[in-house]
Amino acid sequence: MGLLSKKDTKLITDPLADNNPITIQVLGICSALAITAELKASIVMSIAVLFVLGIGNVVISLIRNIIPSKIRIIVQLIVVASLVIIVDQVLKAFAYELSKTLSVFVGLIITNCIIMGRFEAFALGNGPWKSFLDGIGNAFGYAVILIIVGFFRELLGSGTLLGIPVLGDPIEKTGVYSIGYENNGFMLMPPMALIIVGLIIWVQRSRNKDLIED
Amino acid sequence: MGLKQKLHNFKVKNQDKKWLPGFNALFTFLYMPNETTHNGTHIKAADDLKRTMNTVIMALVPCLIFGMFNAGYQHYLAQGLIESADGFLGASFWTWDNLVIGLWKVLPLVIVSYGVGLAVEFIFAIIKGHEVEEGYLVTGMLVPLIVPVDIPLWMLSVAVVFGVVIGKEVFGGTGMNILNPALTIRAFLFFAYPTWMSGDKVWVHGANAATGTPDAYSGETILGSLAQNNGTLGHDIWDMFWGIIPGSVGETSKFLIIIGALFLIFTKIGSWRIIVSTLIGALTMGLIFNGVVSAEWISESSKFYGLMNVPFWQHLIIGSILFGAVYMATDPVTAAQTNKGKWIYGFLIGFISIMIRVFNPAYPEGVFLAILLMNVFAPTIDHYVIQGNVKRRLKRVKVKAA
Repeated sequence: MGLLSKKDTKLITDPLADNNPITIQVLGICSALAITAELKASIVMSIAVLFVLGIGNVVISLIRNIIPSKIRIIVQLIVVASLVIIVDQVLKAFAYELSKTLSVFVGLIITNCIIMGRFEAFALGNGPWKSFLDGIGNAFGYAVILIIVGFFRELLGSGTLLGIPVLGDPIEKTGVYSIGYENNGFMLMPPMALIIVGLIIWVQRSRNKDLIED
Repeated sequence: MGLKQKLHNFKVKNQDKKWLPGFNALFTFLYMPNETTHNGTHIKAADDLKRTMNTVIMALVPCLIFGMFNAGYQHYLAQGLIESADGFLGASFWTWDNLVIGLWKVLPLVIVSYGVGLAVEFIFAIIKGHEVEEGYLVTGMLVPLIVPVDIPLWMLSVAVVFGVVIGKEVFGGTGMNILNPALTIRAFLFFAYPTWMSGDKVWVHGANAATGTPDAYSGETILGSLAQNNGTLGHDIWDMFWGIIPGSVGETSKFLIIIGALFLIFTKIGSWRIIVSTLIGALTMGLIFNGVVSAEWISESSKFYGLMNVPFWQHLIIGSILFGAVYMATDPVTAAQTNKGKWIYGFLIGFISIMIRVFNPAYPEGVFLAILLMNVFAPTIDHYVIQGNVKRRLKRVKVKAA
């Protein structure tokens, strides 16, 4: 990491674990619950947020000194909205099926609290390079949780990973299905995502007692 | 030196060992421990947690034994091998053959439920370093009674682990749980493996395996049939009352549940307020639906007609509302604590149960959902009851002062 100073590295690594936007700050929960039934959707959603947050942070940081503070929220919204429209159009053009699955949640990236939160809390007060690192760091933190949740939900709920059957065929009864295993339908429902996020929080806080607040 | 003394010495010798709570649990199960309270006298009563739990289990045992016979009876009856029993003491019901099937199918459920659940409890006790809590004793007995007889054992184990960990341990163990763990287990099974928890193939042993063969048979529950406007399948009221109908293992016999309820009320373990108010709630909703039918607001072609047209009092002997009211809703931890709160809590359970039963043909048995929902609201109900009480008393004080 010759490229990054120690402080800069922390900007990326902190949100991955001890300051994770989902499990510690509890932001961006809605999309984490809604689209994680499939691993593929989780990954695409993560990439979309990575793009929006990385670029958006840089843009806001570049114009931070000329934004009148009274209308800064509107300016931020315009930046996010433009970026989200780009993501949405690209998805519709190149991954139509997936954009159907993600449906309204691509548009809802605009209201994802992580993005506005980083704009307000970081990009408005820091230079573009740092803001970029902070943006992708937080997006990766979001992605880690989404992918863990998506992995378990798809594996246990549908017996597939990225759409490829890994546990055998549930109808032909091959693989583990031949010994009586069944897919867990509960995994495909959003409440189970909340429980899995809760379990991640549980594991994280029992490993690092500093994170427990009273 | 007696066995008790030896065990006690063993305990003292291993005082700092991590596994000691595991040993203590078994030790106190057999003997009263030697420790006594040191600071002054506290409440002296024989009904500690273990006694309470055992009383509930005693009230459940008749249901369990009946469920074993019923498992075999329904199995043979569906295959046409025996005559249908006439009443509670029917000759073809209390037979050795029926019991063998019951033991073969139901005992493993009991063993798995207790084995897995207690294993989880022991693990948590050792990690957290507290004594093993008795809370699972009743849950472990309730679980086999509220699942279909053919449920695969591994599914039950997964559900028990989920129910005990998510339903109870994350909140801090026995006495701290918001949701009834047994119902959490059933809800998990219901949403995770719906094909094993509903439909017309799961309630009679072997019906699922025989599907597609020339000997295929089914055993729909009366509730499932009514939800599809198919009538009561030739079962009369007494069949339902005595419980010789298909259903979850232990909830079919209304007669034995009523006996259990009287036992619980007599020993003051179960709250009669909750039981009575639940039944009142169910009857009220049933009456409303009967009114809708007699006012001809819905026609016979409506998909709700079958269940709405059931005479209101019959809702109590169809399905498991009685079992839920007596054994589930009265759970002292998850129910409302104040007396007025208990009336509200119970009434809403009954009311919502019947509403779910009628309006959601996919989940005709809404009792467990209604109880879980009200478990969540119980603290809110208590809060407002207490606040109301405080307000009333404050007013009185003010009047006096003036």
